[in-house]
Amino acid sequence: MANERTTNLYTRTEEVVVWLRKNLFSTWYNAVLSIVSVYVIWVVASGFVNWAFINAVGFDGDRDTCVMYAKGACWPFIEAKWSQIIYGRYPEMERWRVDVTFLIGALAVVPMLMPSMPFKRANAVFLLVPYPILGFFLLNGGAFGLEPVETPLWGGLLVTLVVAIVGIVASLPIGILLALGRRSEMPVIRILCVGFIEFWRGVPLITVLFMASVMLPLFLPQGVTFDKLLRCLIGIALFSSAYMAEVVRGGLQSIPRGQYEAAQALGLGYWKMMGLIVLPQALKLVIPGIVNTFIGLFKDTTLVLIIGLFDLLGIVQLSFSDPSWSTPQTAATGYAVVGIIFWIFCYGMSRYSQFMERYLHTGHKR
Amino acid sequence: MSSEGSSGPSTATSAVGRKKGSISAFLNNSYYRGIIFQALTIALIVGFVWWVVGNTVTNLAERNIASGFGFLNSTAGFSINFSLIEYSEESTHGRVLLVGLLNTILCAALSIFFATIIGFVVGVGRLSSNWLVRKLSAAYVEIVRNVPLLLIILFVYIAVLQVLPSPRNSFSLFGDFFWNNRGLVTPQPVFESGSGLIFFVFIAALVMSFFVRMWARKRQMETGAQFPVFYTALGLIIGLPVITYFLAGQPISFVFPELKGFNFVGGINIVNELLALVIALSMYTASYIAEIVRAGILSVSHGQTEAAYSLGLSPGKTTRLIVIPQAMRLIIPPLTSQYLNLTKNSSLAAAIAYPELVSVFAGTSLNQVGQAVEVLSITMAIYLSLSLLTSLLMNWYNASMALKER
Repeated sequence: MANERTTNLYTRTEEVVVWLRKNLFSTWYNAVLSIVSVYVIWVVASGFVNWAFINAVGFDGDRDTCVMYAKGACWPFIEAKWSQIIYGRYPEMERWRVDVTFLIGALAVVPMLMPSMPFKRANAVFLLVPYPILGFFLLNGGAFGLEPVETPLWGGLLVTLVVAIVGIVASLPIGILLALGRRSEMPVIRILCVGFIEFWRGVPLITVLFMASVMLPLFLPQGVTFDKLLRCLIGIALFSSAYMAEVVRGGLQSIPRGQYEAAQALGLGYWKMMGLIVLPQALKLVIPGIVNTFIGLFKDTTLVLIIGLFDLLGIVQLSFSDPSWSTPQTAATGYAVVGIIFWIFCYGMSRYSQFMERYLHTGHKR
Repeated sequence: MSSEGSSGPSTATSAVGRKKGSISAFLNNSYYRGIIFQALTIALIVGFVWWVVGNTVTNLAERNIASGFGFLNSTAGFSINFSLIEYSEESTHGRVLLVGLLNTILCAALSIFFATIIGFVVGVGRLSSNWLVRKLSAAYVEIVRNVPLLLIILFVYIAVLQVLPSPRNSFSLFGDFFWNNRGLVTPQPVFESGSGLIFFVFIAALVMSFFVRMWARKRQMETGAQFPVFYTALGLIIGLPVITYFLAGQPISFVFPELKGFNFVGGINIVNELLALVIALSMYTASYIAEIVRAGILSVSHGQTEAAYSLGLSPGKTTRLIVIPQAMRLIIPPLTSQYLNLTKNSSLAAAIAYPELVSVFAGTSLNQVGQAVEVLSITMAIYLSLSLLTSLLMNWYNASMALKER
């Protein structure tokens, strides 16, 4: 028995040594790199742990303890501002409406994302048509006895999600139409689409948002005023649909001519050929690109703070100016929390896209 | 128009040779349908533009906003804390535009430089045989890529750079560089007469290195003998200007920054806004470049490496002469888009008030003159032309690197 155990232990240690030799110390420069990496990891990890936990003021503290121990994160600040981070200045009495909207959204999105769940078509239709209408009335109010809540009061994660979801939902169909237009055989349509795509892709999103907030009111007839949030949504939808169009175009280009010809030989018209044969294949091929565009769009929603909308980042930035919470670590703590929230969403999307890519890998993999 | 539309088999013959029958046959003809559809589109767009322009003109008249580009010659009246060219409050809005554009280019060029270096290092690191380096690079990419750029910029600026000590308690590097909450203060070079000669010699050395490279290549083609081009060029580019510097009697001197009162006097102050922007932009873009580089290197088939080894090339030479040149073909097009994105993203400087194009021209100037249409059109036109210029340059480089099939 004892003998066996020592042998086991011996082989285990030997395995570890072999692994270390192979993976960390194969050559002298690899050894140096390993030591440098360990040092970097140590500095970053210990710095973060010290800041976030050891030197931090926990949720039981208050602002005064944050000022006294100004070496680590000030978590009481997050506790005090948490509801603002989620809802912005949405009236407290009405916040259940936001919760209900979030809940219904989550209940509809989760089965949509799971390939094994049935009723995909009904689910998608619900998400694309009744849900936005329901969400609009729930959040905006003004009907069915709900108190109206104007959009300047919206903020935090609520605005981030509204902007991102509207952008995503609008940019995909517009992007597909633009991509089809760019490959159209009608010269006028093609030139218009190319011009549209290249214009929006060539300018920074900030200038688009400036345009939406400053120039759009000038374009409209007198007396017609647009909500600021809506104007910004229009800007973001136009901007991201141009990017989406290029992603979809990549997919369309990779479909061999034979597929088009086969569809035409079956007597399918243009829209049936595209909708039933070409687009499903093209979109499947460019899932990674589409999700990347979604992630980019989700991150870009932070830019609305520059034109004075208080999204997740904007509301945290705003709360720094609250004099009762001005401690040396307030900013770092706030940014860290926003960063973590964004990271969870974006990393989740990218992992999901990798999963879908594997799941839909039908007949291409050898 | 798609020639096989829903019009059935009759469209197989050419549209011109068809007899024009009933209206429905006319509408079912994809050729004419295409024309009608395009004409309708044009009419819609023209109508829309007409409507927008009409509204704008009425609105501008109503609000008493002047139009035209005359404002470019009027006095700006505000100060800018960082400028590469002479600027004062008496300068014009046109000058503001130029200051902003130069600051944009400066910040973009610096960030592109650093992003490329970090991106290549991390991208190669993700394929390293060293497990720790691989994981560390992967962690860098996954963390930075999934966080908004604006957040990184604000974090670096507000949570890192603004909590630096005041000028009195600056960090000192080598005793001549100082870093405080206002920026990085470095010694300022003073060019006396004769320093132009050094610059001239430097350019001449660059040209000479180029000819040496051409000659060495030609010689290698003819005789197979190699020539140490890299060391020769290094010697020329560094050695010649240094020799000239001493021969000309050391015409370049430095003004060292000194702490007087509450701030430094003398030297160059690189503002923290620029530092924050360059750090954030290069870190963020590097995470994308790293993935591009990784994909590029992975695309080079292993047979190429094996062939190089069997020819007796060392791993270093294999990477430099065989793998990287082939990988570059895949890397350059997406790298171009990253450079373009970086340039456009530099407009986020508006959030931390680094005086670049969007911040000073589309921000401060726009607020002063109120001519949103003109100011934003100029700004957008500049970004569009920067994009076009960059893609032209990169396409030209790409064409010179592309696979040449004979």
